[in-house]
Amino acid sequence: MSAVASDTLTPTLSREREREPIAVPAPSLSRWRERAGVRAGVLLALIAVLLLAPLLNLVVPATSALHLSDYAIALIGKIMCYAICALAMDLIWGYTGILSLGHGVFFALGGYAMGMYLMRQIGRDGNYKSDLPDFMVFLDWKALPWHWSLSDSFGATLALIVLVPGLLAFVFGYFAFRSRIKGVYFSIITQAMTYATMLLFFRNETGFGGNNGFTDFKRILAIPIATPSTRMTLFVITGLTLIGFFLFARWLVGSKFGRVLQAIRDAESRVMFTGYDPLRYKLTIWVISAVMCGIAGALYVPQVGIINPSEMSPAASIEIAIWAAVGGRGTLIGPILGAFFVNGAKSMFTQLIPEFWLYFLGALFIAVTLFLPRGIVGLLRGKPREERA
Amino acid sequence: MTPELMEAGARVREAALLKAQAGPGTSGGRAASYGRVVQSGELDVAHGPILYLEEITVSFDGFKALNELSLLIDAGELRCIIGPNGAGKTTMMDVITGKTRPDAGKAFFGSTIDLLRMRENEIASVGIGRKFQKPTVFEHLSVFQNLELALKDDRGVRSSMFFRLSGEQLDRIGAMLALIHLKDSAQRTAGLLSHGQKQWLEIGMLLMQEPRLLLLDEPVAGMSDEETERTGELFVSLAGKHSLVVVEHDMAFIERIARKVTVLHEGCVLAEGPMTQVQNDPKVIEVYLGR
Repeated sequence: MSAVASDTLTPTLSREREREPIAVPAPSLSRWRERAGVRAGVLLALIAVLLLAPLLNLVVPATSALHLSDYAIALIGKIMCYAICALAMDLIWGYTGILSLGHGVFFALGGYAMGMYLMRQIGRDGNYKSDLPDFMVFLDWKALPWHWSLSDSFGATLALIVLVPGLLAFVFGYFAFRSRIKGVYFSIITQAMTYATMLLFFRNETGFGGNNGFTDFKRILAIPIATPSTRMTLFVITGLTLIGFFLFARWLVGSKFGRVLQAIRDAESRVMFTGYDPLRYKLTIWVISAVMCGIAGALYVPQVGIINPSEMSPAASIEIAIWAAVGGRGTLIGPILGAFFVNGAKSMFTQLIPEFWLYFLGALFIAVTLFLPRGIVGLLRGKPREERA
Repeated sequence: MTPELMEAGARVREAALLKAQAGPGTSGGRAASYGRVVQSGELDVAHGPILYLEEITVSFDGFKALNELSLLIDAGELRCIIGPNGAGKTTMMDVITGKTRPDAGKAFFGSTIDLLRMRENEIASVGIGRKFQKPTVFEHLSVFQNLELALKDDRGVRSSMFFRLSGEQLDRIGAMLALIHLKDSAQRTAGLLSHGQKQWLEIGMLLMQEPRLLLLDEPVAGMSDEETERTGELFVSLAGKHSLVVVEHDMAFIERIARKVTVLHEGCVLAEGPMTQVQNDPKVIEVYLGR
């Protein structure tokens, strides 16, 4: 026994003999195949939506039963933005075990960066026929504040959409993770962060349009924004972004990086004593998650036509967590399904019986917590993974 | 200026030229000495001990968990540490692995690496592996994935994103699975293993890191007699190449593997020596064994 023990530390055993019993390297193929069904299904559905929706909306006449209304397009486009947020939330919460209740701030910052550009695209077509955005004229400002200086350039706006949420996340995350703030304490300070930012954006002096935010957009890249073809283009871009992020997230969680994240979730001290620096891993996924939300916000604003500080309200951030929880944490499909399910239900309820929506949301959240700890995906997949293994 | 002075000057110049020609980094023609260049971050055990603890004091709210504890562990040694509850055994491991900062004292790994200036993950990277009292594995990952994460490799974020298991690494994991008797459970979720199996998996993860020093906190707790025996054999076989510090309450186990035993009591060393000597020490009998 002792001779074998010391040998095996510097393996001298032949490769053929040793490899056979562990022919299936992690992650196990069988599990991949099982999940591949659900994954491929959702991916196909998304692609189908992307191909069918333009056809049904633009080509099929409005009188036909198959016609997809502009309202439906706007709704699906909006929910796809939310789905990106839910996916981002799942990377940090479901896989790394860090519950953020402040992701709305990253979404809003991306949205505001885009909104500033769209405000400048209005040009002199505003109510006051001024070079400045209407709210600045109203406040009797004579020149653009310094932080609007890049808002005329679309390229700079694209950079800001990534950089601003990314930078805020980096600074906030660095200090929080370095101080080893964990669990509910971390969640609470993320709430505080989004709330403080909301108060800042509410103020007229900060130059973000106060509580009205930005709206009345006219065009994007000099193209009128409200035409069916522009809407459809934005819709398709959003869908492709969602698919792109889904594939990116799948690659990420399938890599050793993703397994380190799950290891941090399960036993952070063991990760540390194994030689990994959890700070770097947490910070990386935290920033990636924030940037994804920022991009979702930037896609959301031109489709919905408005951005205001309410996107940064604590409730908005909590909702993102609910989408992920309802869909199923720790899976990639779950949060996307959750975003569609909850928001689909929301739009249905707010049309039919608006006063019951919040009761329904509360009941849904309780039901999921009590009966579906693994969300809709858990329901679809049947028995928990542990029991099958 | 006299000719003698000029000659002397010429000689000095010549010597300086010769020395310059010898180039930097060599000893300039001098005989090799025993002095060595200190390589920062590299383990130096030329003086014998792999771990130096000197007058370490840790207090929690006035209670001294460690009271000027001094301890030397030689390279390749298998040291057992015993002591009643609250003697400071786990706190000592916390200090060595960077989890707890002592109020006073010194802790060196080899003669050059100051452990008190390093963070947990850095200490792990220079070659100190630790097994917790409660077995700690990544419960939602498979046994294979647990070992894969522990594999000695670049710990950076980017390299982990693009990591691919090489054939040689796969062989090493396979060999480790055989060693810890978990070959048939390679694809099982680690959370489903029995307590004893988790202990083995954690030991396996430790060994995958190829540490020079292993700290094992109650490694056989919850193991069957057979598993305990196998663990003992494994530790004895590891000594020499690795240095091991084993904290245990199971006296039968200690008796089987111990060469040198240290008894801790109230945060400092009470006795040290071979098992038989320690067992007969009246002080030890009084505080620990006799009870």
